[in-house]
Amino acid sequence: MRVDVHYQQMLTKPRWFIGPHSYHYLARLSPRFLLFQALYTVALIFSSLPAAAADNSLHGALPMDQQLTSLEQLLPSRDVTKPPPHIDPVIWAAVVPDDNAVTPERIALGRKLYFDTRLSKDGTVACATCHDVSRGFTDQRPVSEGIGGKLGQRNAPTTLNAFLMQTMFLDGRAPTLEEQAKLPILNPIEMGQASPEDAVKAIADDPEYQQMFQQAYGRAPNYDDLARAVATFERTLVFLDAPFDRFAAGDANAISADAQKGWVLFNGKGRCMTCHPLNRSNPLGTDNRFHNVGVSARKQNFDELTTQALKVLAEKDSVEAIDRMALETQFSELGRFLVSKNQADIGAFKTLQLRNIALTPPYMHDGSMQTLWDVMDHYNRGGEANTFLDGGIEPLALTEEEINQLVALMFTLTDARFAEASQQQMQRQQKIAQERRPFREEALAFRRVLPFEQRVTGQESVTTGDNAQKAAAEGEKIIEQEKRDQEQGKNIENRPETQETK
Amino acid sequence: MARRPSVKSVETKYYEERQRLFDQLRGLDRRGFLKVSVAAVGAALTQGVQFAPHSFQPVRVAQAAEGTEAFRFAYISDSHLYDRKVNERFVRSLLRAVDDVNRMDPAPDFVFYGGDLAQLGRPEELELGAQILKNLKFPVRMMVGEHDWFLDMGEKWRALFGEPTYSFDHKGVHCVVLLSILEDDFWTARGMTPMERMQTVAGLDNGIQGRFKVGEEQRTWLQKDLASLADNTPLIIFSHSPLYKYYRAWNFWTEDADEVQALLKRFKNVVVIHGHTHQLLTNRIGNIYFHGMLSTAWPWPYAPEGLPELTVQMNRPDPFDPNDGCGDGACRVYTDGLVDKVYNLWNRNPVQVTRTYMVSNGKQELPAVPNLTSF
Repeated sequence: MRVDVHYQQMLTKPRWFIGPHSYHYLARLSPRFLLFQALYTVALIFSSLPAAAADNSLHGALPMDQQLTSLEQLLPSRDVTKPPPHIDPVIWAAVVPDDNAVTPERIALGRKLYFDTRLSKDGTVACATCHDVSRGFTDQRPVSEGIGGKLGQRNAPTTLNAFLMQTMFLDGRAPTLEEQAKLPILNPIEMGQASPEDAVKAIADDPEYQQMFQQAYGRAPNYDDLARAVATFERTLVFLDAPFDRFAAGDANAISADAQKGWVLFNGKGRCMTCHPLNRSNPLGTDNRFHNVGVSARKQNFDELTTQALKVLAEKDSVEAIDRMALETQFSELGRFLVSKNQADIGAFKTLQLRNIALTPPYMHDGSMQTLWDVMDHYNRGGEANTFLDGGIEPLALTEEEINQLVALMFTLTDARFAEASQQQMQRQQKIAQERRPFREEALAFRRVLPFEQRVTGQESVTTGDNAQKAAAEGEKIIEQEKRDQEQGKNIENRPETQETK
Repeated sequence: MARRPSVKSVETKYYEERQRLFDQLRGLDRRGFLKVSVAAVGAALTQGVQFAPHSFQPVRVAQAAEGTEAFRFAYISDSHLYDRKVNERFVRSLLRAVDDVNRMDPAPDFVFYGGDLAQLGRPEELELGAQILKNLKFPVRMMVGEHDWFLDMGEKWRALFGEPTYSFDHKGVHCVVLLSILEDDFWTARGMTPMERMQTVAGLDNGIQGRFKVGEEQRTWLQKDLASLADNTPLIIFSHSPLYKYYRAWNFWTEDADEVQALLKRFKNVVVIHGHTHQLLTNRIGNIYFHGMLSTAWPWPYAPEGLPELTVQMNRPDPFDPNDGCGDGACRVYTDGLVDKVYNLWNRNPVQVTRTYMVSNGKQELPAVPNLTSF
């Protein structure tokens, strides 16, 4: 598989391509250069093999011990039985279930479980694999990778501040963090345990766990308490201290002039606050509702899919069945409809929080957008026309300058503890956006062309679903390329050392 | 049949309904509560599991005994299209309705358009609408609304769609389409421009304009049209305004409704399908059964008085969802002329007002009542 990836890389970079129909191209190059290229390529393949092996066991996540170390730096110690700073005591009381009050013992147990790969069938995946401390508590990949390198259909939302969400998962199929924690462990392509009993068995022999469960819940290890503990740990991930909050509190210098203009656009021309209310009562910037904004329309014909899905759901309609449909099948693109069976929810996904949005690319439920500029382009053109498009989605006629201002605003929503990572993301995304803006469509944004006119007159859409899918696929290549660049960087760093040992 | 209580404000009505709900809840003992819960679960099941989103399959399949289905037709109504520069959302909504209808399974025999295709009767608005309706896979029957009419008194509409008053027979059912939104001349004496006239009519609750009427000329035509029909001929009348007196201040009203109803009195069953009100609306006056149509553009609140008793009210549409309370629908027409009326609400489960519900005066087959208060 690794070699396949490498082959793709060669395809994207013709100077490395050593295929039959490029012989005449090679003939023009000097033999010394060719030899160098060949050796370099072979060396690359070999040097990447051990790295690949290590990578596979981690699924791209930072090793758990390193994650735990960074976590300690992020979360200063405090009296956890009191509401966290930035959270109103009334809201805190509402989001903590009666049977799962926060205690230090429960947090400790939850933390241990969150980073424990033993919970997965093959011992390689923990919660922290896809909700990685070093990557904004997501995996920063289009869709998540579970045991055996299996890929799901959806982008991992962050666990940062997730405790304030009214429902969990992109289709809201779980009502609480406790219920949410139970599903990925049992999903065959995530952590793959066959049953709750199997999951408990994987850790129940550990005397440390026995003691911790006893201290936390006064019982032997069991699945419900396991989920409660993970949820309790996640309730400590409060990251609501952003430059934007200081601006909102009255410090006019806390965010740039651009971001301040972005805030005006956010509440006005951009229409963002309709679905992303961002205020003291709604610190996350989500309405907790489900909207078809057209992203899934680029992939699927909803008519056919809905008819098929209803047939499948008529036979199996448990939350586990929906979980599997959402992660393993094309029905994933139906979104909330799988849960509600309401036609208004076809292709609709939950409005996600805006907090720390800088840290959680790629964006949208399928990770099909690489940068916040892409996201703005998508909304600016009025989403993707489809029958079930949310009534509030309209072309916005935002200029480039206005898009930049809105993106600047979004970067002020990163918690102060991630300032550096946010800055890096800003530069990274800026660079990508300068090279490619696949969703940008000014004719649509400024209503020079309207999707219905194209339809009524029988013209092809300005950006067809195929083009957008191509753009998403290219986006995945960017991430792969970055990963390779990183690894190569490491290899180059390591090379002198290797030579020395030889 | 229309109940006429004293005038109450929307707020008073809201608080009264709230109080009624609380009183009912207090009155429930445990057994009663269980009954309500089971009913709710039952309703959820029929709505949820049997619900097929793109076919207007009836939620219940109970009433096969009396009368058999003759045919079904789809309806789209009150799209209020503006020029593209002003508003694009209503255009999108009409296209959505076109998609819905084209997807209907089983297919409808025809599509009925209920009037108010345009917002201000401008030629470009009407042309845009005509162009969109060409995307329908089934034959289209058109009716005119006041928004189509009062700019040029129907000139453009006639050029596009033909005469506004006509009748046709379909599978044993006699169908009549009326122009029910005529008004007495309020504009000449005031020296109004055509656009001023149009905008006056478009603003429902002003004191300048008159009330809608079918008018003597059309009533004479109707009488002649119906003259040769036997009393038991199934009859469907289409009118843009409701052919009864619902709420005068908003022109949810036909001034000569009583005279028109008199012409229909001798028939066994008459169904009137009307637009204009943008809401779930059901009425029965003796042998005449009235059904409103949903708008694709926006929903109206219920009038503060005069709401017919049989109406199962839709609760207050969600202001954050421009599609809520809007939609399209269909009618399953039975051999005796009565219909099951399906409201295909875009943001909710479909609501079906069945023939049995109407015949039993609302005692049987009560459609699922929303658990929120209406406005």
